[in-house]
Amino acid sequence: MAQEGEGTYYVPAQSKWPIIASIGLFTMLLGAGMMMNDMSAGVKDSFAHYVFFGGSLIMAYMLFGWFSNVIEESQKGLYSAQMDRSFRWGMGWFIFSEVMFFAAFFGTLFYVRYFAVPWLAGEGDGASTHEHLWPEFEAAWPLMSNPDNETFPGAKALIDPFHLPLINTLLLVASSITLTIAHHALRKAERTKVKIWMILTLILGFAFLYFQFEEYAEAYNELGLTLSAGIYGSTFFILTGFHGAHVTLGATMLLIMLVRIYKGHFEPENHFAFEASSWYWHFVDVVWIGLFIFVYLI
Amino acid sequence: MTAVTDTTNGKSNEHHDHHGPAKGLMRWVLTTNHKDIGTMYLWFSFIMFLTGGAMAMVIRAELFQPGMQIVDPGFFNQMTTMHGLIMVFGAVMPAFVGLANWMIPLMIGAPDMALPRMNNWSFWILPFAAVMLVSTLFMEGGGPNFGWTFYAPLSTTYAPPSTTFFIFAIHMLGISSIMGAINIIATILNLRAPGMTMMKMPLFVWTWLITAYLLIAVMPVLAGAVTMMLMDIHFGTSFFNAGGGGDPVLFQHIFWFFGHPEVYIMILPSFGIVSAILPTFARKPLFGYTSMVYATASIAFLSFIVWAHHMFTVGIPLVGELFFMYATLLIAVPTGVKVFNWVTTMFRGAMTFETPMLFSIAFVVLFTIGGFSGLMLAIAPADFQYHDTYFVVAHFHYVLVPGAIFAIFAAVYYWLPKWTGHMYDETLGKTHFWMSFIGMNLTFFPMHFVGLAGMPRRIPDYALQFADFNMIASMGGFMFGTTQLLFLFIVIKCIRGGEKAKDESWEGAEGLEWSLPSPMPYHTFTTPPDVK
Repeated sequence: MAQEGEGTYYVPAQSKWPIIASIGLFTMLLGAGMMMNDMSAGVKDSFAHYVFFGGSLIMAYMLFGWFSNVIEESQKGLYSAQMDRSFRWGMGWFIFSEVMFFAAFFGTLFYVRYFAVPWLAGEGDGASTHEHLWPEFEAAWPLMSNPDNETFPGAKALIDPFHLPLINTLLLVASSITLTIAHHALRKAERTKVKIWMILTLILGFAFLYFQFEEYAEAYNELGLTLSAGIYGSTFFILTGFHGAHVTLGATMLLIMLVRIYKGHFEPENHFAFEASSWYWHFVDVVWIGLFIFVYLI
Repeated sequence: MTAVTDTTNGKSNEHHDHHGPAKGLMRWVLTTNHKDIGTMYLWFSFIMFLTGGAMAMVIRAELFQPGMQIVDPGFFNQMTTMHGLIMVFGAVMPAFVGLANWMIPLMIGAPDMALPRMNNWSFWILPFAAVMLVSTLFMEGGGPNFGWTFYAPLSTTYAPPSTTFFIFAIHMLGISSIMGAINIIATILNLRAPGMTMMKMPLFVWTWLITAYLLIAVMPVLAGAVTMMLMDIHFGTSFFNAGGGGDPVLFQHIFWFFGHPEVYIMILPSFGIVSAILPTFARKPLFGYTSMVYATASIAFLSFIVWAHHMFTVGIPLVGELFFMYATLLIAVPTGVKVFNWVTTMFRGAMTFETPMLFSIAFVVLFTIGGFSGLMLAIAPADFQYHDTYFVVAHFHYVLVPGAIFAIFAAVYYWLPKWTGHMYDETLGKTHFWMSFIGMNLTFFPMHFVGLAGMPRRIPDYALQFADFNMIASMGGFMFGTTQLLFLFIVIKCIRGGEKAKDESWEGAEGLEWSLPSPMPYHTFTTPPDVK
C-alpha cells in the first residue's frame, strides 16, 4: 500500500512502443473504415485491405515488442511489489471496462425484448405505431417474424441450446477448472503439471471456438439466422461474436503463457502475467454463462 | 522508494540524464514523464479548443442575422456537430487529463504515473483520432452532420459515408480515455506517499478518482453504441431500425447512459480545481472537506440513473418520466452542498482577487446559474416546452463554459508559476478574465430568452423576432473567441519569462506541490515525502 516507504518504483525512461501503437491503431482503423465503405458502396478494386493489413502488422509488431520489453524487465527483477500492484489495478479495471462493454449489448437485448418488441406490437404507447406502420406484427421472443420482413427476413429456425451451446458451456466451465488447477500447480512449482493442465485448457478453449464456428455455419447455411435476420439475429451475433473474439484473445494470452512456462518463466510467488490471463479467461467464462442463459436458453 | 530510470527499448539512450529531459522532438514522442505528457495534453487541448472555437465562430457568424448568409445548411449542421464533438472529446476531456497528469503525482507525492508508457500511449492516440475526426469534413458527402449526440437513424440510415471514420475516431478517443483513467486510478490507489491517507488527499485527486471511475464505466458503453451503429450501417443489422424489430429510441438510451455520466466527467475535476483555489485566496481551509468527498461520490452515483431526462419528449412511459425527473432533481442536493461549501469557504475570508480566484468565483456563480436552468429542464412537463430549444443550449453552455472551461483557465493560472517558474502577467490575466466573463455572458445569456420564446436549436436560420438577441449573442461570441488568443499570448509570455515565482507561489497555498521548487526538476518525489 501507499504506506510502504521502501522498494523501487520502476519508471522507464523512454519508449518507442506507444507511438508505434498509435500509428498502427490509426492505420488499421483507417483501413478497416475504407474496407467497410468500399464494401457498402460496391467498390471492388481498392487498396483498402493493404492499409488494414499494414496497420495490423504494425500492431502485431508493437504488441510483440512492447510485451517483450515488459517480460525482459520483469525477468531482470526491475519490478517491485508496488509495481505489481499497479499492474493488478490496471488489469482489474480493464476487465471492468470490458464488463461495461458487454453490458451495453446485454442492455440492448433486454430493452428490445421487454420494451421495443412489445411496443411495436401495440403495447403501451405503441398503439398507433402498430396500427399505422405494421398492423400485422406480433410480439414474440425469439423474434422470428419482423415488422418489415422484406428488408429483414426472419430466421427460419434457431440454434438448439441443448446441442452445441450446452457442449460449449461445459467446455468453457471445464477450461476454467483446468486453468485453476494449472495455477495451483504453478504456485507449488510443479511445472510438468502446469504444462499438462495448461495444454488441456487450451484444447478446451480452441474446441469451444471450433464449435462456435460450426454453429455460425449452421446458422447461416441452414437456419437463415444471419446478421440481417432482424433484431434477434443482431443481438445474437453481436453478443456471441464479441464473446468469441474475447475467447480468441484469452486463448492467445494463455498460449503465450504456455510458451513462457516452457521457457522457464514465472515463480511460485511471482507470476502476474499468468494471473492476469487467467482473470481474463474466467471473465470470458462468466460472460458465456450470461450468454447461455439469456441468449440461448430463455 | 527511488524511481529507477532505465532505457528499455532497442535504441537505448545511454547518455540519458536521470534528472533532465532528453533533447529534441523525440523527447516528446517517446517520453514517459508525467509532466511532459501533461504538457502535451494541455497544448493538444488548446489547439482543439481553438479548432472547435473556430467552428463556433462560423455558427455565430451565420446566426448573426436571420436568413442564409455565409454557409449552406448542410455545412452548418457539420459545424454544430463537429463543434460539440471537438469541444467535448478534444478540448475539455484532454485538458482535465493533462491537469491530472501534471498535478496528481505532485499532490500525492508519487514519482510519476503508475503506468508511464501506457500514459504516453493514451496521449499519442489523441492527435491521430483528432486527424481522423476532422478529416471527415473533407470527405465526399461531408462530415458528420447529425449533432454531437449522433442519434440514429440520422447517424445510420441517413448518414454520410464519412460516418464510418467518425465511428473509428470515437473508438480511438475511447481507448485513450479508458487507458488514461485506468492509469489515474492505479496512481491514486497505489502510489500515495506514506501518510497520505485517502481522506487527506486534495479534492482534485478525489474528484479525479471518481471521474476516472465514471470514464471506465461509460466509455465502453459508448464504444458499444457506435459499434452497433457501424453494424447497422454496413452489416445489415437492425439495432436501431424498427423494421427489423429494433428501436431508434434504444440508441438514445444507450447514448445517454454514456452521455450523462460524461457531462459529469467534464465537471467533477472542475469541482476539485475550484476547491483548491478558493481556500488559497480566501486564506481559509476548505469548508466541509468530508462532505465534498461524499457529495462528489453521490453525484457520480446519481449520474447513472438520470439519463432519460434527455429524452422526456421522445415517448417514454409516464413512470419513466417521473422516475427520471425525481432522480434528476435529487442531484441538486449534493451539488447544493458543494456550492454552500464554496461560499462558506469564502465567507469572512481575507480574500484577494488574482486571476485564478476571479475565474473560480465566476465558476461558482455562473455554474450555479447553469445548475438552476438544469433544474428547470429536469421538470418533465416543463421540459416539453424547453426541449430542443436554445434554452437547452444556454443551459449546457453555462455549465460547460464557465464550468469546465473557466475551471481549466483557473487551474492553468494557478499552477502556471509552478510549471514555468515565472509569474504570468497579472494585468493581462485579469483582462483575459473580464473579456471572457463579459463575452461569455453576452453570448449565452440571451439564448435563455430566445429559447424560452421557442427558437429551436441546430438551425441556420430563424424567425425575425429572435434577430436582436442573436446579434448580441454573436457579438459576445466573437468577443469571447478572440479573447482566447490573448490567453495564448499570456501563456507563451509566462513560459518565456517574467517575475520569478516563489516555491509557494501563492500566499496561503497548501499542498505537497508547493513544497517543490518552481520550476520543478524533471523528476520529483523520487523519494516519497512524509505526509503528517
